[in-house]
Amino acid sequence: MTTDLTRATAAELADLLGAGATSSREVTQALLDRTAAVDGAVHSYLHVDADGALAAADDIDRRRAAGESLHALAGVPIAVKDVLTTRGLPTTCGSRILEGWVPPYDATLVTRLRAAGLPILGKTNMDEFAMGSSTEHSAYGPSRNPWDLERIPGGSGGGSSSVVASFQAPLAIGTDTGGSIRQPAAVTGTVGCKPTYGGVSRYGLVALASSLDQAGPCSRTVLDSALLHEVIGGHDPMDSTSIDAPVPPVVEAARRADVAGMRIGIVKELTGEGFQAGVQARFDEAVQHLVDAGAEVVEVSCPSFTYALAAYYLILPSEASSNLAKFDAMRYGLRVAPDGVDAPSAEQVMAATRDAGFGDEVKRRIILGTYALSSGYYDAYYGSAQKVRRLIADDFAKAFESADVLVSPTAPTTAFRLGDKLDDPMAMYLNDIATIPANLAGIPGLSVPSGLADEDGLPAGFQVLAPAMADDRLYSVGAALEARLTAVWGGPILGRAPELTEVSR
Amino acid sequence: MADLTRDDVAHLAGLARIDLSDAELDRMVGELGVILEAVATVQQAPIADVEPMSHPMPIVNVTRPDVVRPSLTPEEALAGAPEAEQQRFSVPRILDEE
Repeated sequence: MTTDLTRATAAELADLLGAGATSSREVTQALLDRTAAVDGAVHSYLHVDADGALAAADDIDRRRAAGESLHALAGVPIAVKDVLTTRGLPTTCGSRILEGWVPPYDATLVTRLRAAGLPILGKTNMDEFAMGSSTEHSAYGPSRNPWDLERIPGGSGGGSSSVVASFQAPLAIGTDTGGSIRQPAAVTGTVGCKPTYGGVSRYGLVALASSLDQAGPCSRTVLDSALLHEVIGGHDPMDSTSIDAPVPPVVEAARRADVAGMRIGIVKELTGEGFQAGVQARFDEAVQHLVDAGAEVVEVSCPSFTYALAAYYLILPSEASSNLAKFDAMRYGLRVAPDGVDAPSAEQVMAATRDAGFGDEVKRRIILGTYALSSGYYDAYYGSAQKVRRLIADDFAKAFESADVLVSPTAPTTAFRLGDKLDDPMAMYLNDIATIPANLAGIPGLSVPSGLADEDGLPAGFQVLAPAMADDRLYSVGAALEARLTAVWGGPILGRAPELTEVSR
Repeated sequence: MADLTRDDVAHLAGLARIDLSDAELDRMVGELGVILEAVATVQQAPIADVEPMSHPMPIVNVTRPDVVRPSLTPEEALAGAPEAEQQRFSVPRILDEE
């Protein structure tokens, strides 16, 4: 057999496994070998669970051999972002404060992965508590972009984007609070989807901002993301914000890839000025491809988006400061005694622990949120931000009256160099300018590769947004664009990335 | 808007239970000032008479049937504790001495 199992898509692996052409153990071992070869350079993983993954693979192989009816993705391995609890596997959220913590329970979506028979390869790196756009805020060092190891793989889900881009896994789970699935996908030439808020259970997702967080699929193809979306989506009684409705028909939409007659809205405020020339050029070409495929283009204006970043950086820190109060050094995680204090109080221990256990960005946001929520400033900051949030949701509602989906470049630039924006928090925040509005409104968004920017030869992303619970439209548009661009390129975009084994040697 | 002072940041850090060092306080005053100036632009948006939005979906109270179901064992619940004693979380003193 000549198929390179590490390069095969999840859909291809599912077919091979179903046909008995390979085993889950063979696939899992090939991916673990790939990790052994390249992850020293890429650093996608915080923890690799070779034994657990192989045991799960063997179990699926045994059940398949016994003639059991299995899920289509049974035996296809996956990597999970380290912000989701995994029973028996460390879960650190990229933070020292949770170093070594092994949760006693699985997140609902992890339960669903296990039930469908997907071996879990390991836990992927991330900015601490998902705060960042580069993985440079991980307490365990950054992940690197397989296209150029001196550049960022995006964030916060840079471990999940780089793990699929470097062929260490065909699938990964990400979480997206302001773009942490979509921006990493854009800068690594991969696909990522943030489902409708409430579409995927948040039970066991360590909360950053509860009204914005949403877990979703990361992969190398649109169909693979749809297949994974279907596994993890759907109602969960353990999450009171989970939507009690069937998962939208995402797989069918990805397979049909039909945009004929669809109205594609270009958001005026999310194009042009502020976007790198090569990113904009690939975006414009992508729109033309969709027109060639039968879509109709309209321009829409969402004037409140100008305030989205400001509103987001008040709402997120406010919710985060509250959510992260649970890290109190009492029940789990790090406990540090303050220097030079005899018999310190619980409060002193808590303050010393949080100083030692949290990184700079987490401290900045907790303090900013504490300020925004404090008496006397609440109305001016948090209250105003909530009103802007309403304006943004209203802008979307109006835009979706004249368009079935909205589109923009996913991120304003291609991957920047590690270190470039680390000392300038505001510059880092601007990476999420195009992705944040969807989180504020709770609508779904997907990023699909649009090509390589002329000026640096690095991947750019095309973002599609749809109304709440119309996630299937994202996959129609994403798959239609992917089919046309792959034909133009003569193969998947990642085929043009440098060989990692060569780079790392 | 009044500028954030070093004392303000120290006070906020106290409220947030983070024992910042002097060097961290010095750095954070400047960084937070820049961020605050940027986020304060929300006040310039046309938000008069706009209903605040706290959540993407209309929030309704969700309940479940009041029946016993499996949960963590005491051992599992205590497995991650920095210190445990007699099947309980062991914590530092919670009262001041005076």
